[in-house]
Amino acid sequence: MHYLIEPGLWSSSPVRVAVLVGTVVAITSAVVGVFTVTRGQSFAGHSLADVATTGGSGAFLVGLNQFWGFLAFGVVAAIILEAIGVQRRRGRDVTTGVVLGAGLGLAALFLYLGTQQSNTTGASFTVLFGSIFVIQSSTIPALIACGVIALVVIVTLSRVLLLSSLSPEVAAARGVPVRAVGAAYLVALAISVSLSSVAIGAVLSTALLIGPAATALRIAKGPVRAMVTAAVIGVVVTWLGILLAYDSYYWPPHGHAWPVSFFIVALVVLAYLLTYLHRPARRRRPGLTGAPGAARPEVEVGA
Amino acid sequence: MFSGFMMNTWIAATIVAVIAGVVGFFAVLRGSTFAAHAIPNGAFAGAAGASLLGVNTLVGLAVFSIAGALGIGAFGRRARHDVATALILVLMLGVGALFISLGSQYAQETYSLLFGEVFGISPDVLLPIGILGAVSVLALAVIFRPLMLTSAMPEVAEARGVSPQRIEMVFLLVMALATSMTVPVVGALLMFSLMIGPAAAARSFTARPGLAVALSVAFGLITVWIGIAVSYETNWPLGFFVGVLGAAFFLAGRGWASLRGRRLTRPARTVPANAGA
Repeated sequence: MHYLIEPGLWSSSPVRVAVLVGTVVAITSAVVGVFTVTRGQSFAGHSLADVATTGGSGAFLVGLNQFWGFLAFGVVAAIILEAIGVQRRRGRDVTTGVVLGAGLGLAALFLYLGTQQSNTTGASFTVLFGSIFVIQSSTIPALIACGVIALVVIVTLSRVLLLSSLSPEVAAARGVPVRAVGAAYLVALAISVSLSSVAIGAVLSTALLIGPAATALRIAKGPVRAMVTAAVIGVVVTWLGILLAYDSYYWPPHGHAWPVSFFIVALVVLAYLLTYLHRPARRRRPGLTGAPGAARPEVEVGA
Repeated sequence: MFSGFMMNTWIAATIVAVIAGVVGFFAVLRGSTFAAHAIPNGAFAGAAGASLLGVNTLVGLAVFSIAGALGIGAFGRRARHDVATALILVLMLGVGALFISLGSQYAQETYSLLFGEVFGISPDVLLPIGILGAVSVLALAVIFRPLMLTSAMPEVAEARGVSPQRIEMVFLLVMALATSMTVPVVGALLMFSLMIGPAAAARSFTARPGLAVALSVAFGLITVWIGIAVSYETNWPLGFFVGVLGAAFFLAGRGWASLRGRRLTRPARTVPANAGA
């Protein structure tokens, strides 16, 4: 036990902050992610994170807190994506790609100007790969508030969102404002992606968004169970990732911790891969396996 | 602007733009945009690993981008394609983050691998870039017909004995090959912009595949040439100009398409080339 949980883990205030923020981020991302995966918008989710990078580096340039930059650009990008038509499946990926390309170009410029100005070359690494251990404590209330807002939006909309995700025509026929629901969802997605960008970095926030949700959708039946399972997987994976990163300070090379994001991503992918271990048998005999509870132990093994 | 060391830049960027234009056309046509984003990022992880281990960067780039392509191709058959791509992408980026953090001179190198270092190209990388580029374009030319068929009508292709999965795998491998040599030049993130922007614009200007490939290459060349010239003058990163010009071409293409949609009666065959230039 001593080797697993290093002494001083809980007395370290960066660790406490990391666990708190990580939990909020993991739950928000996982719940939003269930809809992202269902709607087939993984690419949009990833692009929002990358475009938010632009905001993060812009904020760095003007000396603001990164999170506000991430959030502003994430939400603006979501609105742009919605305005030029992400709702059309055909050509949606291409449009997303072009917005992503333009955002990355701007990010390149901001990061370049940032290094010219302040001579801290580490900025690009921090903005892109984040660091959950250096979150400024002054932003924590804002982070939590944003997480709660995104969660409330998604949970309130979950019914209409699910309907309009699975069958837009039926939803429209029933009087659901499909476009408005889609827009609200994209903004919630942008908020959750900005959160995770601050925590584990823009380029890796996709891991917490897609991984737990995709894993949950494979093992849990029904949207509510999927959301809960995804949140559990996300939280467990994040906690374990933080723990391992803390421990890794004592691994080779000595005196240099491995990045948290690496552990979180590795665990997320591992959890997803583990669902394949018994799934093929299930798929051939769909009648035999109703109980989603059977999958629960696996979650713990995977995490 | 055209002095000794700049000539390498011009040559390398020209090769890269041609490759990106050709590969990008098929990526846009097949809807493999996400893969086009993921594979260069995998290559980035490979480069970080290579510099950590002290082996040739091109080896790292090739190994990781090919592994990424194989992963997306194999995994994509069993899971939803976008989920598989996303997970492979984050896995490679996570490994890349680890490599960078374990290495020593990470910051500057991260930036140049992601956003490119077009002005620091040594003459001895031009030959491998040229060869790999020629191989990828040749490979695409060889599989052109089945590639078009599986993109446009997968069922018909299958009925004729062409396996869409196999073609998809070959295509992803070609993309990996093309990527592994272009990432050091324009960077992982901007290789993607260069593949998608010009190709998407070309598709809005014409529906004829041959012409679209040519237009896509032309737009790519215009993008990098303007980008290098302005970047040389202003010292701003090339990536910025590539990203913005790519989006501008795309918007022009969309504008053109909607304009043409409104005036369907007017035949406009020869105008696109002029409009593009």
